[in-house]
Amino acid sequence: MISVPFVVPLAAEPGNRALTISLFTAVVAVTLYITWWASRQNKSAADYYAGGRSFSGAQNGLAVAGDYMSAASFLGISGQIALYGYDGFLYSIGFLVAWLVALLLVAELLRNSGRFTMADQLAFRMKQRPVRTAAATSTIVVSIFYLLAQMVGAGSLVGLLLGVKSEGLKAGVIVLVGALMIIYVTVGGMKGTTWVQIVKAVLLMAGTVLITFLVLVKFHFNISDLLGTAASKSGKGESFLQPGLLYGKDLTGQIDFLSLGLALVLGTAGLPHILIRFYTVPDSRSARRSVQWAIGLIGAFYLMTLALGFGAAALLDTGKGSAVAESKGNVASPLLAESVGGGPDSLGGAILLALIAAVAFATILAVVAGLTLTSASSFAHDLSANVLRSGGSGKQKPTEKDELRVARFAAIGIGAVAIGLAIPAQKLNIAFLVALAFAVAASANLPALLFNLFWKRFNTSGATWSIYGGLISAVVLVVFSPVVSGKPTSMITGADFHWFPLSNPGIVSIPLGFLFGVLGTYLGGDRSSETRYNELSVRALTGAGAEGPAKH
Amino acid sequence: MDEEVVRERDARAYEAVHEAADFRELKRRYKNFVVPWTIAFMTWYLAYVACNNWARGFMSHKVAGHVNVALIFGLLQFLSTFVIAALYGRFANRKLDPLASGLNAKYKRERRR
Repeated sequence: MISVPFVVPLAAEPGNRALTISLFTAVVAVTLYITWWASRQNKSAADYYAGGRSFSGAQNGLAVAGDYMSAASFLGISGQIALYGYDGFLYSIGFLVAWLVALLLVAELLRNSGRFTMADQLAFRMKQRPVRTAAATSTIVVSIFYLLAQMVGAGSLVGLLLGVKSEGLKAGVIVLVGALMIIYVTVGGMKGTTWVQIVKAVLLMAGTVLITFLVLVKFHFNISDLLGTAASKSGKGESFLQPGLLYGKDLTGQIDFLSLGLALVLGTAGLPHILIRFYTVPDSRSARRSVQWAIGLIGAFYLMTLALGFGAAALLDTGKGSAVAESKGNVASPLLAESVGGGPDSLGGAILLALIAAVAFATILAVVAGLTLTSASSFAHDLSANVLRSGGSGKQKPTEKDELRVARFAAIGIGAVAIGLAIPAQKLNIAFLVALAFAVAASANLPALLFNLFWKRFNTSGATWSIYGGLISAVVLVVFSPVVSGKPTSMITGADFHWFPLSNPGIVSIPLGFLFGVLGTYLGGDRSSETRYNELSVRALTGAGAEGPAKH
Repeated sequence: MDEEVVRERDARAYEAVHEAADFRELKRRYKNFVVPWTIAFMTWYLAYVACNNWARGFMSHKVAGHVNVALIFGLLQFLSTFVIAALYGRFANRKLDPLASGLNAKYKRERRR
């Protein structure tokens, strides 16, 4: 949701900029200290990949929330509400309800049956090499999509928050964010990354509670008054509070919205960077507690974005040519903070603006670190240790130490790739990548995970077919959709090769992912995966033989 | 101990737990909770999405002041998510965890045999 050209300088006065920069520096200093501290506790693979499985449910719940609430949801959703009213709120509902899928069907069972990555759970009863290769491919693809969206967003955002327009500086910010995430992940591992996410979640919640409170005070806690003022100030009247300003203008748009809704609600429980968070707790009961905490925190946060979004619409200028409109809503929250702090020329306004900017920066850092760790873990644990270097050639399986060295190099490599792709991608409209990551997670990962847990007959070819089938159909449909070509807002302008009418592939690719799983299972015919199904279901439901917390 | 021997011993222990009446009961309780609730919240969510698309007149109906049906439905999605998460937690604590820890202990006993 965070996107393209920013022309509106914020914090343009030198004094304010110095304040913002010093808060940014404080965020960096605190997170680096945490990383250094965590590195001294990391000893084994379970420490590096899963934080020693010793986080409590509440701690992991905060970290899950910190991993999930990206800058896109912090600045993007409140901005969309500021510009499009009620319709801007719809994203967050899908994002929240999705957690019930994770809670009821995935979190605990995955915690009991896996070790470090999403692939572990499939590899439990399937042939190692093909399923690990497939799961690692989709893990890395989903994480890179998500990462790119975040990093391009970071470049624009920091430029915006510091009030600098230069392209060189934005590229510099991308390199800086990339370098920081590489340090967090290589040095701090899962423990460091988790603590960075916990700190970020606390900062984000505190900042949001403060601004929400100040907005509500302005309206004497009268919600109807807030909504009414927002509607009349938006210039759109009552329709600002009704469905239809952003989604579903015609039948295609309506089906597109349904498709988006499906991907949002089913995608979360298939996002690899969310799944591996469940391995950081000692048992399935704490995994359950962490999802409950996450639901509470994320739900409360999205409810507050309503106050932020409608507050921005009511208190700020959001008309054509305004700062909020020009930034596509992304500066709505920071400017609102400035406004409720006392206005642009006040000390209170400057402090709150800088504070919210620093929270947004911390948000970006925590999310990109989680994504990098996920792809590096999957590369080292799934591809390198179990596919490239095991079996066949007679080589020994690598030791834990080798595997961790690979994981650290993989983090550097993935970070470098992300930086390299994000800098040229700045000029493109890639806001669709987050929605695409959810669509791939729902189409490729969720079918394989659910079939593996609940369908005895499911086998290796079923798993590879559903993962590759879901992944390829989601990506291909998006490549030939209007988000890539054929519209003025497309990623590629000046060419038109689109034939798929929807921007969101979910409504087609999710059923395809499940269908491929069934087809692959029967066409593959292999029944050897059934032998360990009973073992898997005992382990998943009772936790018998599950990986315990690391002992030091 | 030889890796193969350990695998076989674990497999026997898992099989013993799988055959236990308590395990069938655990599975039944889990499915009886999860299946209907998943169908319920998915239907309720998709109905909400569909109403935003195809029942805009109804959704725009004002209930109190500037608060309309659409906003109330949206907030009810939040409420239902919180409630279902709490219900599941309570159910799992009371009905699933005791059975699961009993079976877990059985697994450990079987492995020692």
